[in-house]
Amino acid sequence: MDQRDASVPTISRLGPFRASVATFGALIGSGFRRYATYRQATIAGTFTNIVFGFLRCYVLLAVAEQAAGQRPGGYDAEQLALYVWVGQGLLSVIGIWGWTELADRIRTGDIAADLLRPIAPVTAYLAADLGRALHGMMTRFGPPLLAGALFFPLHTPQRWQTVPLFALSVLLAVIICFGCRYVVNSTAYWLQDARGPITLWTLGSGVLGGLYFPLRLLPQEFLVMLWLATPLPSLLQAPLDVIAERDGPALQAGLVVVQAGWAVAMLALAGLLQRRAEKRLVVQGG
Amino acid sequence: MGEWRAYAALGVAQIRSVTVYRASFLVEVFGNMGATVFDVLTVLVLFRATPEVGGFSLREAVLIVGLSSAGFALADFAVGNVDRLKTYVRAGTLDAVLVRPLPALPQLLLMDLPIRKTLRVVFGLVVLGVAVAANDIHWTPLRLFLIVLTPLAATVFFGSIFVLSASLAFWWVDSGEIGAAFTYGGRDFTSYPISVYGSWFRNLFAYALGFGFVAYQPALALLGRADPLGLPAWAGFLSPLVALGAATIAAGVWRAGIRHYRSTGS
Repeated sequence: MDQRDASVPTISRLGPFRASVATFGALIGSGFRRYATYRQATIAGTFTNIVFGFLRCYVLLAVAEQAAGQRPGGYDAEQLALYVWVGQGLLSVIGIWGWTELADRIRTGDIAADLLRPIAPVTAYLAADLGRALHGMMTRFGPPLLAGALFFPLHTPQRWQTVPLFALSVLLAVIICFGCRYVVNSTAYWLQDARGPITLWTLGSGVLGGLYFPLRLLPQEFLVMLWLATPLPSLLQAPLDVIAERDGPALQAGLVVVQAGWAVAMLALAGLLQRRAEKRLVVQGG
Repeated sequence: MGEWRAYAALGVAQIRSVTVYRASFLVEVFGNMGATVFDVLTVLVLFRATPEVGGFSLREAVLIVGLSSAGFALADFAVGNVDRLKTYVRAGTLDAVLVRPLPALPQLLLMDLPIRKTLRVVFGLVVLGVAVAANDIHWTPLRLFLIVLTPLAATVFFGSIFVLSASLAFWWVDSGEIGAAFTYGGRDFTSYPISVYGSWFRNLFAYALGFGFVAYQPALALLGRADPLGLPAWAGFLSPLVALGAATIAAGVWRAGIRHYRSTGS
C-alpha cells in the first residue's frame, strides 16, 4: 500500500459539512421508512384519533354552549373544534407517548452499539425522530382533520402568516418533544429502570401539554408560569393556539419564539445528559 | 388446589419483581393514580368555564365521573393488562402460556400483576364517595342497592371491553391502538352526561355499544332525575344486564380467538 496512513478512508467525496448533512438526511429517511412499514397500525391509530376527536369535540362544544359569552378560554366554537381536531392529528406527529427505545437499549446494554457509531446518539436519534414525524405528518395528520371538517364547522385561518407559523411551530414542537423524551429516557443511565420517569412524563405531557383541554381554561398566573418554566405547553398548546388564531399576531409569533427557546434548551440538556452519562456508563449485559 | 397454588406462585413472583426497582415502582403507583386524578380534574376545569354542561350541574357531573372512574379503575386493575396481548401474539410469547396446563386468561393477567394500579382504584372509589356525599340523594333501599351494584356492573362491562378489544389481536396482529378507542374512549364517553354528544355518535356508543348504561342512566336513577333523552327511570337498573351481555360476548370471542391463534413460529 502506498503512503496510506491509519485513518479511515472516506467513502464520500463530499466535504465534512455536506457529508454530515447527507448522513443526517439518510437517518431521517430510515426513520421514515421504519414507520412506513407498519401500515395497518397507522390505520388503527388514525381510527382511534378520530374517535377521541369526536369525544373531546362534543364535550368542549357543550361547554362552549353554556359558557359566559360562549367563549370558554377565549375560543369560539369553531376555534375549539379546530383545536380538538388538529390536536388529534398532531398527536402522533409530535409523538408524546410510547417512546421507550432509548431506555430499553440502556437497560439491555444495546446502547453500546449506538456509542460505537461515528455520530452522536442525540443527533442520530433526532434524525430518526424527524423521519418518524414526517411520516406522521403525511399519514396521521390529514384524516382526523378531514373527519372534523366533515362533521363540524372549523375555524379557517384568516391571517397569511398563520399556516407558515404553524408549520414552524409543529417542527419546533417535534424537536422539543424529542428533547423531552430523550431526557426522560436517559434517566435510565442512572436508574436502570426508567418506567417511573416515563409514567410521569406521559401523564404530565398529556394534561399540561393541552391535549385534555385547552390550557387557557386554567388560571392566568398559573399559565404564564407553566409556559415559561416548563416545555410542556410548547408541545401541543403552542401549535394549536397558532393555527386557531387564539391571540393577536404579536402573541401568536411570540408563542413560536418561546418554543424556539425551549427547543434549544431541551436539545442542549439532552446533549449534556448524554455526555455526563458516557463518563459513568457501565454497559449492562454480557 | 394445585391450580390455585400455581396462580399464587405467579402472583408472588410479580410482587417480588416489582420490589427490585422500588423507586420506579413508587413513581408508577402515583403516576397511575395521577391518570385518574387528571381525568377528574379535567371535568373540574371544564366546569370552571361554565355552570352547566349538557344540562347537568357540577355535582351531578361528578357523580357520573365517580361511577365511571370507580368502575374503570377496578376493571383496569383486574383485567387491564390483557391489552398487552398484541405484544405476546406478535412475539409468539403466547405459546409459552398456552402449553401450560392452566387457562390462558388468568395466566396472562398474572404475568404482569398491576400492583401499581391499586392507588388508582382507591382514588376512583374516593371520588365516588365524595360525589355521593355532595349530591342530595334521597336514599331508598333500591338506591342503596343501585349504588353498590353500579360500580360492580361497570367493572364487569369495562373488563369485557378490555378483553374484547384485546382479542382483536388474534385476528389482526397490527391492531395497534384501536382497542384504546373503546377502552379509554369508553371511559371518556361515560365520564360526561351523554346529552352532550351528537345524536348518531350517542346512539352508537350509548345504546348500541351499551356505554350509556354504565354511569349515566344509573346516575339519573340515583338523583331521581328524568332522562332528558327520554328513557324511562328503570333504565338505570339495566347496567347488570348490559354487563352480563358484554361479558358473554367477550368470553365467546376470547375462546374463539384462542382457537384461532396460530403461533408466529420462527
